[in-house]
Amino acid sequence: MTATLPHVGRTRRWPIVGEPIYEGSRIPTRVPTIVDVPAALRETDDVMQVNFGPNHPSTHGVLRLIVDLDGEQVVGLSAVIGYLHTGFEKNMEQKTWWKAITYPERIDYVGYQNNELVFVLAIEKLLEMEVPEKATWMRMLLCELNRIHSHLVFLGTSALELGAISMFWYCFRERETILDLFELVAGQRMHTRYFQAGGVAEDVPAGFFPEARKFVEVMPKALDDYLTLLDRNKIWLERTQGVGLLSADDAIALGQSGPVLRASGVDWDLRRDQTYLAYDQVDFRVPVYNGGDVYDRYRVRMDEMAESTKIVRQCIDRLERMEGQPWISDDRKVVLPPREELHTSMESLIHHFKIVTEGYRVPAGEIYVAVESPRGESGCYVVSDGGPRPWRVHFRAPSFAALQATATCAQGSLIADLIAIVGSLDAVMGDTDR
Amino acid sequence: MNDFARVPGYVSTTEAYGETTVVVEREQIRDACTYARDDLGFNLLSDIVATDYLGWAGKGVSGYIGTATGRDLNLPMTQGFQALPDVRPARFSLSYHLLALRQGAPRLRLQCWLEDGDPVESVVSVWPAADWLEREQYDLMGIHFEGHPNLVRLLMEDDWEGHPLRKDYPIGGEPVRFSPAE
Repeated sequence: MTATLPHVGRTRRWPIVGEPIYEGSRIPTRVPTIVDVPAALRETDDVMQVNFGPNHPSTHGVLRLIVDLDGEQVVGLSAVIGYLHTGFEKNMEQKTWWKAITYPERIDYVGYQNNELVFVLAIEKLLEMEVPEKATWMRMLLCELNRIHSHLVFLGTSALELGAISMFWYCFRERETILDLFELVAGQRMHTRYFQAGGVAEDVPAGFFPEARKFVEVMPKALDDYLTLLDRNKIWLERTQGVGLLSADDAIALGQSGPVLRASGVDWDLRRDQTYLAYDQVDFRVPVYNGGDVYDRYRVRMDEMAESTKIVRQCIDRLERMEGQPWISDDRKVVLPPREELHTSMESLIHHFKIVTEGYRVPAGEIYVAVESPRGESGCYVVSDGGPRPWRVHFRAPSFAALQATATCAQGSLIADLIAIVGSLDAVMGDTDR
Repeated sequence: MNDFARVPGYVSTTEAYGETTVVVEREQIRDACTYARDDLGFNLLSDIVATDYLGWAGKGVSGYIGTATGRDLNLPMTQGFQALPDVRPARFSLSYHLLALRQGAPRLRLQCWLEDGDPVESVVSVWPAADWLEREQYDLMGIHFEGHPNLVRLLMEDDWEGHPLRKDYPIGGEPVRFSPAE
């Protein structure tokens, strides 16, 4: 097995400008998104080709891996995606901006609020809209809850795949609490569609903050429970440590982001390094580990859950002082008027009708907005022709990037490690295939 | 930072919404990417995205028109009152979103313009991350990347016809075969 790669463990905070990223000999390189069977083995009868997926519980959806095995050893691998391609980008071109907000959260159906946020931020940037402070903090609170939710799903399912079935129940216990919070605030457990261009759809309901506080108190204890269950567990450690190595250089070359990049020793988080919402006003730490293996990816996510809990607490503190403030902009050309005004004001009725039927218009231009979703850099490229519908929408999916690294991570591993590796990359197939 | 004029094949620079777009010649996109990576320090390729501008600025963009059969959001309205977007230099734009992992998180959009069928040099040798990204744009938009080691469809089925994200791709259903005889 590849015990050590020479450059794993090297910390480098900021790659220096002008310094070549790779050794010169690596350009041009063989594409590491496919592992080819070595020529010596290809002619023998030892190699067996196994089709892993697309319908397999450990593929987190419909990922298909074509694996060449020499005994238990993986000697060749290529990933096949596209089984969940639903044409979201094409669909969004047919909808008004207002209706199109519904789509992004179905793309990454585990990190939905972050995906919704990136599209809404893109619309707002093109419209050059001001968003009330309360909406910004509310968005941040929900995005961090969503990050915890997503990492809980990762932890529960990938531990389950390695045999730790109790982890699944514990993680889904806390996940349930988060979904209840979403239901309280938006009326939906998943795919809340709570963010609107200009703010959030409704004010925070009474009783939300006490419930959220309860969760914030429970979560650190739950994290301790998880650590007790897993972190001294010899089976878990042996299944994850030193498995699925990805060096910092390879991670950057393969366009990785988020926890996968941070587990390879690259200190990079868009929330801190390219700040959006109000992340510059909250106190949090970016966890970085140097091992580049499955274990470190798990540790990064564990630490991130603790940090997100801290952010949620700070958001609640701040939001509780914003009682009675507006939660959405009052730009009537974009934002629906309040319901009660429809009965008294003709203007409001017209605006309501125009926004719902024709939709608001967004000035012509192109824009790329990126946020740090639970899986990494979730980007949205939008082109507007000035009309009521987007001309082109494209999502930069962090899962798509992560799955490109499967082959590099799986080089020389065992078939059983493949399950751990795919789990640790935490790909959501809806996000990958769009 | 404004040494973009030295990017190989440089055409123009635009700043909008805090983003920098550098348009380069299609033939030199690979050199431009190598320059951006090695000399400007944009070490991470975030995304490659193609846009089809077929029909762009061809009609007014205003929406609401009532007709006898109902509403059609595609029909033009009183053209005189409507602002038309700027005309684009070619049918397709191809944008490379680059990110530098350093303080300030600078981003750069390298862009080139091409007509249907024009080949573009692959940048897989510059960033391995471009592998699937280019395959996706080939699959959905029909952009041909020269020198890509494995340019086959990625998301659609292998025997799919057409490139679905093009503006002239018919929407509204596909033929369904109910029996082998049909």
